[in-house]
Amino acid sequence: MKSSHRAALLFLLPSFIFVTVFSLFPIFESFRLSFYRLILTLPWIGQKPIGWQNYIDLWDDPVAMESLFTTLIFVGVTIPLELLFGLGIALVLNDVFHGRGLLRAVVLIPWAIPTVVSSQMWRFIFNDRYGLINFIFFGGDVSRYLAPLADPHLALIAIMAAEVWKTTPFAALILLAGLQGIPDDLYEAASIDGATAWQKFRHVTLPLIRPALLLALLFRTIDSLRVFDLVFVMTQGGPADTTNVLQFYGYKKTFAEGMIGYGSAIAVAVFLMSLTFSLAYLRFMKTSHHEGMTR
Amino acid sequence: MKRPLALALFSFGIALYCLVPFLWFVLTSLKSSAELTATPPKLIPSFHLGFYQSALEKYGLLHYIGNSVIVAGAATLITIAIGSLAAYAMARLQLGWTKFYLMILLAISMFPQIAIAGPVWSILDRLNWLNTYQGLVATYIALSLPIAIWILTTFFREVPSEIEEAALIDGCSRLQALYKVVLPLAAPGIFTAALLVFIHAWNEFFFALIIMTDPDVQTLPVGIALFPGEYTMPWGEISAASTVATVPLILLTLVFQRGIVRGLCAGAVKG
Repeated sequence: MKSSHRAALLFLLPSFIFVTVFSLFPIFESFRLSFYRLILTLPWIGQKPIGWQNYIDLWDDPVAMESLFTTLIFVGVTIPLELLFGLGIALVLNDVFHGRGLLRAVVLIPWAIPTVVSSQMWRFIFNDRYGLINFIFFGGDVSRYLAPLADPHLALIAIMAAEVWKTTPFAALILLAGLQGIPDDLYEAASIDGATAWQKFRHVTLPLIRPALLLALLFRTIDSLRVFDLVFVMTQGGPADTTNVLQFYGYKKTFAEGMIGYGSAIAVAVFLMSLTFSLAYLRFMKTSHHEGMTR
Repeated sequence: MKRPLALALFSFGIALYCLVPFLWFVLTSLKSSAELTATPPKLIPSFHLGFYQSALEKYGLLHYIGNSVIVAGAATLITIAIGSLAAYAMARLQLGWTKFYLMILLAISMFPQIAIAGPVWSILDRLNWLNTYQGLVATYIALSLPIAIWILTTFFREVPSEIEEAALIDGCSRLQALYKVVLPLAAPGIFTAALLVFIHAWNEFFFALIIMTDPDVQTLPVGIALFPGEYTMPWGEISAASTVATVPLILLTLVFQRGIVRGLCAGAVKG
């Protein structure tokens, strides 16, 4: 047993080195740097410890606060829509017999498309002159064509639409796994009792896929807190900072403006938000017995 | 309405929802310049290949594809090699600290990129690995290992340990038992994990953007995101490059969808 222990450690070592150097050490380093003033464009000030000042500045920074608000709206609007559409798709996939494999493959397509490609694609669909959306709404009447991505009221909505389209399939797959774990005889029993389709959905399906719903909710929330590609490609955070989500703001401060200390404070803030949901997720993994999810 | 009819209608609606936006982009790539700038937009193109030619010749599409193949290919191979070792240990020795390690890995896979981006950049800078393949590959290995180890552990646990115990008794070392007995038996699972790692590396943008600032080494997503064009965007070429970047992935997904779905669910669900 001892030698197999040593072998196990040896087997784990390479993975541990990569994860430590490129994930664990960086996260600690981000925490440490968030307590320093460090600006790449002003190298002569060096690395000056300034306590909580970056966090105080962050709290007083109206752009950061708006960015936080934008991120919360983004998450709060896209996740419920993804779960709703995802559930609809999962219910259909669960019921279809002819061509189920084909339909499931088609559903995977938005998931498989690189985010940068889907970002350019939606940017083109929302284009002010050649865009499909303008054509659908206004037909040939070019004078009424809108420029959604340049409009402070529409840009975030456009980005949220693109996000929902791309990520709904993932939610659908998790929910489908949940649906497939529900035993058929429960539905048969409900039918014998004279339950309507809605009653079956409300009293059999919904309670039994609650774990899957919660799982999809947490997983998608953690992922959508790090939205970046869509914003980078479609709007660069504009117009007037209306789509400036936190991860994009942190990127801008760190890599465009070289404000390493302040950027680290933003990074830590995003990390802590995400950690809250991650802990909820880990707790869920530990306690749930994956009712209806074991395959 | 009859149930089968309703189902067929819903299925059709779902297929439209998933296909139309991308199909529109593919059709755009097959237009001629005149058709592209027509207002209102022309729906059916004349199946011109001019934009593909110009994406290849003027924008160096092949060169970005080459970089992506190198980076995603190397990252996949190394991740699976290192990940298999770790997952084998996890699957066979289910001790307290291996569970703890799995949990740490799961937590790491949820880090927002920005939380580690600055320090990763400085580490690569100190190694002189910015704008090199190995810099991005090393980052991708670290990012993919958690999910790869999770999926591989799930699959390795399904390989009965009796077979390899027999191999051990016959005088195989642990490492030999792994690659002679366990790997062949878990091949479908390894393939699934490799596919997911490859798709992730092929699609990744954030780290590619900050690590590869030199166009010579940039991957396809960076090339597509930073397509040059200030006032008039070269939409024809962008859509052509996007189609080329996406069609291989869609084909892989269609062919291996069963495994992918299973892998995604193993990654998200299994505890």
